[in-house]
Amino acid sequence: MSKFPEHIAIEKANPTAVLDWHERFGDRTLIVEAKQIVEVVRTLKDAFGYDMLVDLTCVDYLPRRPRFEMVYHFLNVESKARLRVKAQLEESHARVASLMEFYPIADWFEREVWDLFGIKFEGHTNLKRIMLYEEFEGHPLRKDYPKTKRQPLMGPQN
Amino acid sequence: MPELETLPEVKAALPPDEPEFQQKEMLLNIGPAHPAMHGIIRIQTKLEGELVVESDVEIGYLHRAFEKSCEESTWNQAIIYTDRLNYVSAPINNIGYCLAVEKLLGIELPPRGQYIRTLLCEIARISDHLTCVGASAMELGGFTVFLYMIKGREYLWELIEEYCGARVTTMTSRVGGMPYDLPEGWLDKCTWVVKEIREILNECDILLTNNRIFVERMENIGVMSAERAIAWGWTGPCLRGSGVAYDVRKDFPYLVYDQLDWEVPIGRRGDNLDRYLVRMEEMEQSCRIIEQCVAKIPGGPVNCDNKKVVLPDKKDTYGNIEGLMNHFKLIMYGHGIRVPEGEVYFPVEGGNGELGYYIVSHPDEHSKDGCNDRAWRVRCRPPCLPMVAGLHEMINNYMIADIVPTFGSVNMIGGELDR
Repeated sequence: MSKFPEHIAIEKANPTAVLDWHERFGDRTLIVEAKQIVEVVRTLKDAFGYDMLVDLTCVDYLPRRPRFEMVYHFLNVESKARLRVKAQLEESHARVASLMEFYPIADWFEREVWDLFGIKFEGHTNLKRIMLYEEFEGHPLRKDYPKTKRQPLMGPQN
Repeated sequence: MPELETLPEVKAALPPDEPEFQQKEMLLNIGPAHPAMHGIIRIQTKLEGELVVESDVEIGYLHRAFEKSCEESTWNQAIIYTDRLNYVSAPINNIGYCLAVEKLLGIELPPRGQYIRTLLCEIARISDHLTCVGASAMELGGFTVFLYMIKGREYLWELIEEYCGARVTTMTSRVGGMPYDLPEGWLDKCTWVVKEIREILNECDILLTNNRIFVERMENIGVMSAERAIAWGWTGPCLRGSGVAYDVRKDFPYLVYDQLDWEVPIGRRGDNLDRYLVRMEEMEQSCRIIEQCVAKIPGGPVNCDNKKVVLPDKKDTYGNIEGLMNHFKLIMYGHGIRVPEGEVYFPVEGGNGELGYYIVSHPDEHSKDGCNDRAWRVRCRPPCLPMVAGLHEMINNYMIADIVPTFGSVNMIGGELDR
């Protein structure tokens, strides 16, 4: 299997950025260093025209380490090329740079990941819960959050 | 925009040292429970007179843990949750989910099954667009159009009901197949319904497209440029209204869309009127797809020939021991469909745009064969979330009354927005 052109270009700019790649089920995937996600996305957007962030989400692989995996799906609307980029995060350092400066839609997608997984996004200007309410305790899509857990009833403060 | 001035008698009554009483801007909450907010969403607006200068959209009132529930149920059980994503076009959600799981399993339906799925998807798409256009027309005073279009939707939902027994929460698909073959005479009824829909579209076109009140409320209102639409991750009729010819059915063909003759309509200005026109033309194109499917549908089996995925016929389950065992092996807890480890992303064209399922299968600690009978993670890429996220750009700097047609043209569906 030969490397994707995106892979070669990213390696040229940041030799340590790409950790692994595969093309299983026909989905081209790069696994990159989480700390260098901003440089990787800059290359993808400027040199390869990935102008749409189709999806941004997270997967919790408890008890595996590293525990979390950020998953980005990019699309070049002109050439219809798709690329998936993944970055693994340790539970003790569950934070990654925000992509708001590249894609405005990252604002809401990242708020959702913060809300449901508790991943912090550095550089996000408005990181607050989006699906749940502010007083909600915990992050429900984490694997150690039981489905049947009850939340304290919220009412007016006074 | 004329300057607002406080009346002299009001000014005299105000305490002189408290400037907040004299401010010109006003905060107005629209929703969450408001008849024009289709479901529940809250828009906080800052007004200057009737002009919206700033707005903030708040969602999440219909969050019901779709993704968490899918992780707790088996591959086939999760389909019923997908019904509730876009409840106006549920078959597309069911079929999109099943296609994603089938991609992970490496199986494909025989041609007849694929044609049935295509037919159901297009029936659902027309009902989605009819609801959207009908509701927006009603909000602008065209109640007749709403009644005509809902009449058309009723014909379509009767078709779906005849196929699977339900109108809204359909659960029309299974992993590896379809629950039923088509009932007798269904295809003839399809042809008749398409004829009726065309007539309704024609009537509504006469009522709306040249109607001065309608056009003036829609034209050059809620304009979104192609670049901004792409940056906001828009897909579907809204992106095509802005002039970008991106349709998952054309660009990443699935089912039998690449064997049929149909076109992708696009707009030019990206305003409400273009989004309306794109939806009207898409319904016509869906009618064409249905007609071609009815003409071309082949005979043969509907389901995959894979005993590890598809339940046996009822006559085998009740008639012989192999069939009975096969049935139990697929139903019993801890057995079921065993999906090998892996991850896929499968996009389909939903009513509102790209509906993508990112599905991860990952063995848990009890697994002995490296497979799992339930999903580790089901992520639904909701088509209308990007549109609602970019909504403030379309309502800022327009009048407050323009929020209603603009919001209507986005076709927000609470079920898939909040999941």
